[in-house]
Amino acid sequence: MLKFFLTRIGLIIPTFFGMTLLAFVLIRLVPGDPIETLAGERGIDAARHAALLHAYGLDQPLPTQYGIYILKVLHGDLGKSIITQTPVLDEFWALFPATIELALCAMVFALLLGIPAGILAAVKRNSVLDHGVMGAALTGYSMPIFWWGLLLILLFSVLLDWTPVSGRIAVTYFIEPRTGFLLVDSLLSDEPGAFRSVLAHLILPTIVLGTNPLAVVARMTRSAMLEVMGEDYVRTARAKGLPSWRVLGVHALRNALIPVVTVIGLQTGVLFTGAILTETIFSWPGVGKWLIEAIARRDYPVLQGGMLLLGGVVMGVNVLVDVTYGWINPRIRTGSA
Amino acid sequence: MTGANLAARTAPETPGQEVWRALCQNRGALLGLGAIVLIALVALLAPWLAPYHPHLTDNTVFLSPPAWQQGGSLAHVLGTDAIGRDILSRLMHGARLSLFIGLAVVAISMVAGVAIGMLAGYVRGVFEVAVMRAMDVILTLPSLLLAIVIVAILGPGLMNAMLAVAIVCLPHYVRITRAAVIAESGKDYVMAARLSGAGHLRLMLIEILPNCAAPLIVQASLGISTAILDAAALGFLGLGAQPPSPEWGTMLADAREFVVRAWWVVTFPGLAILITVLAFNLLGDGLRDALDPKLKR
Repeated sequence: MLKFFLTRIGLIIPTFFGMTLLAFVLIRLVPGDPIETLAGERGIDAARHAALLHAYGLDQPLPTQYGIYILKVLHGDLGKSIITQTPVLDEFWALFPATIELALCAMVFALLLGIPAGILAAVKRNSVLDHGVMGAALTGYSMPIFWWGLLLILLFSVLLDWTPVSGRIAVTYFIEPRTGFLLVDSLLSDEPGAFRSVLAHLILPTIVLGTNPLAVVARMTRSAMLEVMGEDYVRTARAKGLPSWRVLGVHALRNALIPVVTVIGLQTGVLFTGAILTETIFSWPGVGKWLIEAIARRDYPVLQGGMLLLGGVVMGVNVLVDVTYGWINPRIRTGSA
Repeated sequence: MTGANLAARTAPETPGQEVWRALCQNRGALLGLGAIVLIALVALLAPWLAPYHPHLTDNTVFLSPPAWQQGGSLAHVLGTDAIGRDILSRLMHGARLSLFIGLAVVAISMVAGVAIGMLAGYVRGVFEVAVMRAMDVILTLPSLLLAIVIVAILGPGLMNAMLAVAIVCLPHYVRITRAAVIAESGKDYVMAARLSGAGHLRLMLIEILPNCAAPLIVQASLGISTAILDAAALGFLGLGAQPPSPEWGTMLADAREFVVRAWWVVTFPGLAILITVLAFNLLGDGLRDALDPKLKR
């Protein structure tokens, strides 16, 4: 198990360095040099320009600059935002809990609906129900979620007035940040009604962000269940006279869920992609909205650091999923380690 | 029955006929194909079908509702937007852009991806390792994030957005081609061609490549829908096609602020994206079932 774990860790090292190289190169493709970008439209005189280039080490050869960049990244220094002058890492950690909270809720939503829907479709294979569920899943998979979000706002916020339009909590509440997760913080605070407000704000963004993963989970569960239900041990369980809920729920489902675990891991990247759009629509104060605003302000250190950090998170989750996968399915562990 | 007739009846099907027959048995795929043909026709004939020029503004009809709603008129069947442009005409012209984006992005990433993947699978060694690690990096980053950063650096616009989406889609083609090339290279027919003196180029392009086609065709048809969706998302974020372009995502971005007052300016462009993407996904699913009998259940 340890060897398997170490191999997986070893595999991400080149990917990590590749990512830093990409972040380093991309930012140097910006027209003009970083000092001109810093100076903005006011411009800067030649002597001061040269002095600043030297001060930031930008007059060094590119390989040296990359070496310095790597050393800084490894020490947790991702530079400062051009606009706020706050370290990128600090800004990221302040906003990341909001994104995580939203992403977790979306994933729970997708699993709670997607797994039962997939099982139902597999058990009632080729029925109207199966076609209905799979049609809905393909529609969910094809959904432009930025439009889906607008439609839900139109229906639930504007026409029915059931849910708030934007933000994480009503402005009348002040919740002291302890964990950064408002669902937890609002419960810990004494403010009555705060938790309700947080929940109400979460509903629409959760549905919007969870739609794509929901579709993928439902499709994956269905095909995994169909595969498992044809196996000999399921037939044996049926032949023993076990009730059908036990055959499906205990014997078939447990094995069918193995590929679903992988899908959950692969959805992390999809969730972050979706979070950028969802946060923009609902003014959700997370890292997605932060990055979009950084583009408008030409805040390149934020873009560079944010890309590296989100990529790092996805990489970490992938390793975690690999390890979990090896843990619940020993065939993987011994096969590839 | 004449002998010729009999021969024609018993002759084995060509691979193309076989796939077509399997596709015809899949109602979903046929529906998708039908929708794509329809959208393509609208796109091709847009200048003649559309009642107005997509950029033509009319200051007498701001935010006029669709024909069936009170206050709407048959002059603008799907209503008008905030500066009086006919939505139906813009959607029809937008179909041209979306299909062009889908096809162009897939063409760019497929040609580049097949070339890189084929070299990686054929040459192997350090080159292969370097290429595959680079693809891992692109795959690890959230796709839209990478596309956004690329566009932010190159500058917003339709061409840069397409290039960004093509780069993001590249790894899928590289991986599929490389895996297929490695699987095919060891087969006897490649060895036979090599022994009869075929050069590297002939081996790669004429012997091996056609046998890698099936997974690439499936990926391409599914890739068109991803490309349309991602390009629309970039347009929605203001990084893709720029106004007054009738690109569907850009139309949605323009319409966002009117969501409360005019449901139609938001509803129809999104519906157009959904239907087009769904059609390509239906066809892609059908093609996969038809081309890969192992997956058929």
